[in-house]
Amino acid sequence: MPEVKMTYILFVSFALFFIGAYGFLTRRNMITMLMAVELMLNAVNINFVVFNKYLYADKADGLFFTIFIITIAAAEAAVAIAIIINIYRKFRSIDAEDADTLKW
Amino acid sequence: MQNYSYILFVLIIPLAVFLITGLFGKRFQSFSGILGTAGMLVAAGLSYYAAYEYFIVGCRGADCTWPSIIAFKQTWLQFSPSLSIDMGIMVDSISVMMLVVVTTVSLMVHIYSIGYMQGEERYSTYYSFLSLFSFSMLGLVVATNIFQMYIFWELVGVSSFLLVGFYFTKPSAVAAAKKAFIVTRFADLGFLAGILILSYYSESLDFQTIIHRMMDHGAPIFTNANTASFMGLSALTWALCLIFIGGAGKSAMFPLHIWLPDAMEGPTPVSALIHAATMVVAGVFLVARLFPVYSQVPIALDFVAYVGIFSAFFAAIIACTQTDIKRVLAYSTMSQIGYMMFGLGVSGFWGSDGLGFSGSMFHLFTHAMFKALLFLGAGAVIHYIHSNEMGDMGGLRKKMPLTNAMFLIACLAISGIPPLSGFFSKEAILTAALHHNKLIYAVGLLTACLTAFYMFRLYFMIFWNKSHPEIYHEGNHGEAPLSMKTSIVFLGLATIGAGFIPFHDYVTAYDTLIVEFHLAPAIAAVAAGLIGIGVATAFYLKSSTMPIKISSSLGNIYQSAYKKFYVDELYLFVTKKIIFNLISIPAAWIDKNIVDGSMNLLSTATQNVSEGIKEVQSGKIADYVMWFFAGAILLLLLVVFAW
Repeated sequence: MPEVKMTYILFVSFALFFIGAYGFLTRRNMITMLMAVELMLNAVNINFVVFNKYLYADKADGLFFTIFIITIAAAEAAVAIAIIINIYRKFRSIDAEDADTLKW
Repeated sequence: MQNYSYILFVLIIPLAVFLITGLFGKRFQSFSGILGTAGMLVAAGLSYYAAYEYFIVGCRGADCTWPSIIAFKQTWLQFSPSLSIDMGIMVDSISVMMLVVVTTVSLMVHIYSIGYMQGEERYSTYYSFLSLFSFSMLGLVVATNIFQMYIFWELVGVSSFLLVGFYFTKPSAVAAAKKAFIVTRFADLGFLAGILILSYYSESLDFQTIIHRMMDHGAPIFTNANTASFMGLSALTWALCLIFIGGAGKSAMFPLHIWLPDAMEGPTPVSALIHAATMVVAGVFLVARLFPVYSQVPIALDFVAYVGIFSAFFAAIIACTQTDIKRVLAYSTMSQIGYMMFGLGVSGFWGSDGLGFSGSMFHLFTHAMFKALLFLGAGAVIHYIHSNEMGDMGGLRKKMPLTNAMFLIACLAISGIPPLSGFFSKEAILTAALHHNKLIYAVGLLTACLTAFYMFRLYFMIFWNKSHPEIYHEGNHGEAPLSMKTSIVFLGLATIGAGFIPFHDYVTAYDTLIVEFHLAPAIAAVAAGLIGIGVATAFYLKSSTMPIKISSSLGNIYQSAYKKFYVDELYLFVTKKIIFNLISIPAAWIDKNIVDGSMNLLSTATQNVSEGIKEVQSGKIADYVMWFFAGAILLLLLVVFAW
């Protein structure tokens, strides 16, 4: 099986990260923003796995990190949705532009 | 030598009554009057016993002087081994005399007030203030230490302030209380400066030590004090003059007298106690206490004499024109205190030269009795008429026979008609003045004539003259309650009897005083009084147009006397126009613009900056993310390219 060049995979993760960032910045629905965050996290995960496989094949640190990040991302999604529900109860909306009272 | 330590209770009892009625009085209103009176009765009894023991049982020392006994002494504040502030009780002839005066008048006022202040909302507060005053005044007269005297001196000032402002809902009473306090405090500045100079040179605060050291002409301490010169006067002279300024403030001597007439806003019994009989003579007492030192410095003594005689004359003229019954009495008080002052001023120290001293103390004693009587009588009239204006009175002799009789006795006494007490004391002062200074004697005699005139003007306008029909509608209650009558009668008897006390045996400047009775000055004094009474009778016995004619023919002179010679206006001019415009307004400007301004500038600058940058924190999450990414990219670029 021909080896995929590391650069291609990094390019995918790079694209994925900025798609996530773009989505996070432009979307106003909090659920969508949460999804965008997940995209960015997964981009980071790909980076970890790729670097581990191509550069330090005799080690497994990168894989462990990835598993950690997936776990924490799941927990973070639960917390984020709880926050979103509370914001919805308070503002009757899950639009990020509407919840702007946390300021001076 | 007797043990006088029981005099401590004369002070402790009023203090205890003050605390009890002040703290718990609201719960048993009517009881506080009884408690105060009972306490004062015990204190008066102890004072009389002390006087009996000192003057009758006790005897003069080997050199014919009355002993000066320290009955109690407690060091309160020790500055250095030789300099300390003590709290103590000094028993000598003048302090025992003052104990009797203060407790007697205070007791009478306590009894009188039971009737006069009945139904008053702050009845118990009134009694607690009276007790506080009595305690402070008694502490003042028995002081062993000049600083102890100063402390109690301020305490009587405070209690005077509280009592003058007793009707604190009346703006005029509040203003009068503040005026009394501020003017006397201003004078006390002189007193304090005097104390500091005197104690610096005599290296002591103790009266006996100061007097002892300042009498010793050979000692270096005296030479130092008497030679150190500032503006041509020795330090001792300065000290004594400054101390006298403090005394003049309390005793309402010109030009610090302006508070006394206004202080009449207080309840009338308070005027009788504080502003006629006791507190206002504190200045006289102060000079008398330090008299051995004053007698060493002729300049200071002359200062006392001239201020005294001028105040006596000045106040007598104003008293002739006033129409408020209590203000006439206030100016009369000022005039009589002027008598006491110049009596001290013309006195010498040794032997028979001390007639002025003895006469002055005698006058203090008799004046306390008859002036308290006059005020209490005036209080009874005010109680009956509900007005202070003499124009509203008249023809009261039938309605108030007892008050009429007692008021007449007091008027005759203050006019110096024998055999009433005022004659003896005034005669002693005038005789002393005659031997010392003819000018002072002449003005004193003229003042005696004026005194008789204005007192009988007052008397006739209240009790004789034409009567106003509306009085009879208002006068639906009797002459006065029993308690008021009791005090008036007691003081009336004291006024009659006090003249026969052989005062020159008891109270002398130094040693034995031999009084020779001279007929000519006595006749002159009585004649002056009779002339005054005669003129007043002609003018005021029946309502006549004569007074108005004369006052209008005097024109400006009458007007300026009626306006109290514009002294108040002068004070207002100095304080409002000069001090206010030249010092206070620039000071206020600096405070507002420079001190406050710099602080405000700092805060405004901070606020403007924060207003400018607070928009960054918009609360919109997208903005934050933008900043975050921008920052992250910037850091990345820095790391990649700049590092």
